[in-house]
Amino acid sequence: MKDLLAPFEFEFFRNGLAVAVLAGALCGLIGVYVVLKGMSYIGHGLSHAIFGGFAASSLLGVNVLLGAGLWGVVSGLMISGVTRRRLIGSDAAIGVITTASFALGLALFARFGASGASFDAALFGSILGVSRGDVVAVAAVLVLALAVVVIGYRSLLFTTFDPEVAEASGVRTGRVDALLMLVLSLSILATMQVLGVTLVAATLVIPATVARMLTDSFARMLVLATAVGALCGFVGMNLSYHLDVQSGPTIVLVGATLFAVVFVATGSRRAPRRQGFDGHGSSVAAPAAPR
Amino acid sequence: MTSVGRLGQPLVAFDAVTCRYRDDAVLVDVDLVVGPGEFTGIVGPSGSGKTTVLRVILGTVVPVAGRLRRRAAMRVAYVPQVETVNWSFPITVAECVLMARRQGRRPPWASRAERADVTDVLDRLGLGGLGARHIRALSGGQQQRVFLARALLGRPDLLLLDEPTSGVDVRTRHEILHLLGDLHRDGLAIVLTTHDLNGVAAHLPNLVCLNRVVVAAGRPAEVLTSAVLEATYGAPMEVLDHGGMRVVVDGRRPADVAPLDDRLRRAAGQ
Repeated sequence: MKDLLAPFEFEFFRNGLAVAVLAGALCGLIGVYVVLKGMSYIGHGLSHAIFGGFAASSLLGVNVLLGAGLWGVVSGLMISGVTRRRLIGSDAAIGVITTASFALGLALFARFGASGASFDAALFGSILGVSRGDVVAVAAVLVLALAVVVIGYRSLLFTTFDPEVAEASGVRTGRVDALLMLVLSLSILATMQVLGVTLVAATLVIPATVARMLTDSFARMLVLATAVGALCGFVGMNLSYHLDVQSGPTIVLVGATLFAVVFVATGSRRAPRRQGFDGHGSSVAAPAAPR
Repeated sequence: MTSVGRLGQPLVAFDAVTCRYRDDAVLVDVDLVVGPGEFTGIVGPSGSGKTTVLRVILGTVVPVAGRLRRRAAMRVAYVPQVETVNWSFPITVAECVLMARRQGRRPPWASRAERADVTDVLDRLGLGGLGARHIRALSGGQQQRVFLARALLGRPDLLLLDEPTSGVDVRTRHEILHLLGDLHRDGLAIVLTTHDLNGVAAHLPNLVCLNRVVVAAGRPAEVLTSAVLEATYGAPMEVLDHGGMRVVVDGRRPADVAPLDDRLRRAAGQ
């Protein structure tokens, strides 16, 4: 027991743990919309895009939060705009925007910076160097995300479930999507330090997916995903300390383990694909009840 | 001008509306009027612009030429094709119906008045007691009625439905048409699109035959003719009379039929 409580003596660990729990909760909450809107690829890409901004900001001496944040918001809005207009295929366009930004970050570090602690920390996360200010920043983004989710609950739900009818009913789905992308960008930025850009996407997807297996209620899914994200952050950070492994991988592995346990416990409810009349398949969780 | 509509200020009026999707004309010089309390069906082949007409009314598609006139402050509700719905989305029947109620800033949870409204509309549509059920755990007819309930919660002046009987069995089709008939008798204006000429279109008060242009518009007895249908669908069609009801069958000229009959008889060993 003493060993388990040992890391709590250190301020850097307490700060890191606080950030991991808050970041886990934040990613879990926003991840519900990412998963239900089928945006998992966007979450993955956006985290890579922000890396480019992070690299440029740190090498230019610009405030990293500001620089990477701006870069991430612009990337997010570009992705949102391209996805809505579908000019050249959203997945291809997202791949171009995000991988180019990621590659830019790698190139900048290779040319002007030194690979090392800060480089590895940016990619994989590190609890070292997490300050009280970072804790406050993540907490602030979580509060913002909660406010957006609560105040815009019905518009977000309508847009996520049925964007066409939502638009027809007067919901400004463009603004809702842009707001969601903004919150997503800020969430990724706020959690980069502990999770690293390569693994942020997993913390967006795993808690929401676990929650979906446990409930058919949207509201409960939001609560569960937030709680699962926080739990993964707490357990993963402690494991990171005791196993001397980077925080990002351990948090993700805790989440993946939880996913496997819940998947087995709830049974493999494979969704049968149902053909529409236009020949496009759509997944449903279970066949409709007999008529 | 080809149009349907009674006297009085229309709810919606298309004046030579043209819509394009990139270089393709989807609607060309369409004139159309929907009056208060009217029930109109739009028929036509795939790609004829039926859904585009609904989207123009909704405002999600903007004409490149012509003008759409809408009555001010008119409430329009839309029921999409059920094939476009994600039935695995984590919401219950009541949550799905309630999401349409978003006027003003409202908390995430439903108020007592909203819960009562939802219960009322579900009871009215024969879905009483199903509010807590997940949307996928419903029959095809029930699923269609959930979206109808969502549309009706906002007390619309005009209800738009995109192929409301698509993919349902005969009994469910009758239930949906009966329900829409009741709503129409209560004064609701309805516009729906359909591929089902015999099961749906022939029973409606007003019909519009559309193939990017309005081929004909009026009562089924006037519109459902071989000439109009062949012009609309680009294929020969015969219209038979069955007890005063128009029945549309695929048209065959005698020269086309005989070789087919011979082949079928040979296959049967006759």
